[in-house]
Amino acid sequence: MTTPKSPGWARARRGTRLRSPVRYLARKLGFYLVAAWVALTVNFFLPRLIPGNPIEVILGHMAHFGTPPPDEAQVLSRILGLGNGSIFEQYWQYLDGLAHFRLGTSVYEFPVPVATLIRQSILWTVILVGTATVISFAVGIGLGVLAGWKRGTWLDNLVPATTLLTAMPYFWMALLLVYLFAQLIPALPASGGYGLTDNVGFNWPFIASAIQHSILPAATIVISSVGGWLLGMRNMMVATLSDDFVVAAEAKGLKPRRVMLGYAARNAVLPSVSGFAISLGFVVSGSIVMEQVFNYPGIGNVLFQAVNNDDYPLMQGIFLVITLTVLGANLLVDLLYGLIDPRTRIG
Amino acid sequence: MSAFRSWRLRAGVAITGFFVLLAVIGPFFASNPNGFSRAEWQPPSAAHWLGTTQLGQDVLAQLVAGTRTTLEIGAGAGLLATVISIVIGIGGGYLGGLADELLSLLSNVVLVIPALPLIIVIASFVHATGVWPTVAVIAFVSWAASARVLRAQTLSVRNREYVLSARASGERGWRIVFFEILPNELPIIISQFIFSVIFAILTQAGLAFLGLASPEQLTWGNMLYFAQNDEALSSGAWWWFVPPGLCIALFGMGLALINFSLDEILNPRLKIYRPVKSRKLAPEPAEAVS
Repeated sequence: MTTPKSPGWARARRGTRLRSPVRYLARKLGFYLVAAWVALTVNFFLPRLIPGNPIEVILGHMAHFGTPPPDEAQVLSRILGLGNGSIFEQYWQYLDGLAHFRLGTSVYEFPVPVATLIRQSILWTVILVGTATVISFAVGIGLGVLAGWKRGTWLDNLVPATTLLTAMPYFWMALLLVYLFAQLIPALPASGGYGLTDNVGFNWPFIASAIQHSILPAATIVISSVGGWLLGMRNMMVATLSDDFVVAAEAKGLKPRRVMLGYAARNAVLPSVSGFAISLGFVVSGSIVMEQVFNYPGIGNVLFQAVNNDDYPLMQGIFLVITLTVLGANLLVDLLYGLIDPRTRIG
Repeated sequence: MSAFRSWRLRAGVAITGFFVLLAVIGPFFASNPNGFSRAEWQPPSAAHWLGTTQLGQDVLAQLVAGTRTTLEIGAGAGLLATVISIVIGIGGGYLGGLADELLSLLSNVVLVIPALPLIIVIASFVHATGVWPTVAVIAFVSWAASARVLRAQTLSVRNREYVLSARASGERGWRIVFFEILPNELPIIISQFIFSVIFAILTQAGLAFLGLASPEQLTWGNMLYFAQNDEALSSGAWWWFVPPGLCIALFGMGLALINFSLDEILNPRLKIYRPVKSRKLAPEPAEAVS
């Protein structure tokens, strides 16, 4: 038998509106630009619209240690990057500052710029969450394919149990893992991102120690997020397996492996990829809270400090950077989607 | 319906029902959750079924009191998020045209912005540490996924005969939405509401764990915050930090199981038509199912 065309192509011919790749790309880019602009704008208006003025909050803190100097309010306004002039001028100054990666100055760790604090920590989170998400996605999709293929068997009946994992808060999973694998069985380090004696840099002892320190945090993310991928994939797989083209492929006498992977799974995985956006936001949210349990040197920990110290510029900077990173990752996945789903690239 | 034969639905309803009952009548039976005693760091015993905290408070009493607040926040935020998603999703889907384009763009944008960092920033600006401000902030950020689902469903319902005939007979727009479209989407709305409740409880737990909940408001998340702050972990006081998280996970699992079964009823393609044994008749190499 000659190589059969993927069923995706057959369906695409029936599609009514076909998009050219350029159009697809432009649409996606446009959408993420709008999303980024909304995030920037929300971030701009938050401190201005909300009654609890951050300046008053900070002055309140200072009042505990003595009377703040009279012009402190103006100084703070400058530090916080609130700008001056009309609201439009302020908005323009804000956008201009962002374009030059000026995110203001941390209030608590004055005068360290917010950008510096973020730069020191973002890579830890990106590498940890990125690696763990890839592992979790691969494992979840793989198990989902199997559970859907063997639908109705004992393996499939285990799937509802994964809802327990999905409903667990990440940080609680982290607490459990630390208790089990760092305290009861002291096998792995309980906190930090690397050993205290290591020189941070590109040397083997540091990398080995960083990997060792990342095992428990990564395991937390994988265990807590794998259930979502698994369940979605299993359901899509069950639905796809009742489609005619799968039945036809079986009737042709193709090997079960080929039907499972080349026909059913290949089509069933598409919603998981296109729904990546929602899931990634969820994983990132869970991870930034989780970091606090491990005292991991990532962005979540910095956010925690910022929250505890009412460090508004830092908080806002972190919100922006996290949001833009998630949007960037989603854009990447959407472009990838264009590659794996032929329907998007026929023009 | 044969739906109740599904063990998933029965398990889900039983778990959820247990926690709802606990939230409603539990506080009448439990002792004072904030009462201090000299019995500090006690492991579970006959006097304290789940042990005591560092201040000698009874963990079980705290858990029961926390159940009520946690469920209130979950139900409140879930309900509010569902109402917003109905307005935006069904409204947009029914109106169509530019309104729909804009509303669905709004939903998609809110959907891709990671929720928790935004909630954290808003919550610390407005100092939203009480129960209702927390509910409002969580709902405000979490309606988008449901709105998208409801919009898609409305688009498919909008042109069915009974809606068209209602429109032809001159029924008003709001009447069509509330009496023709809404009832037909009720199962989906319930399913989306359940997801919102799970999300709200998880988010509240995260907020509380970061210290963004008022310390007086006793929730499962807040218990975990105090457990972490008072170093229950390094003291090995597992009875303090295990139960609240387990409750969150179990309650979420109960709700998710209900949704799992709802999904099977709503989506006929998920029904497993072929009995398993007939698969084995197909000329396949032996499937190793042990």
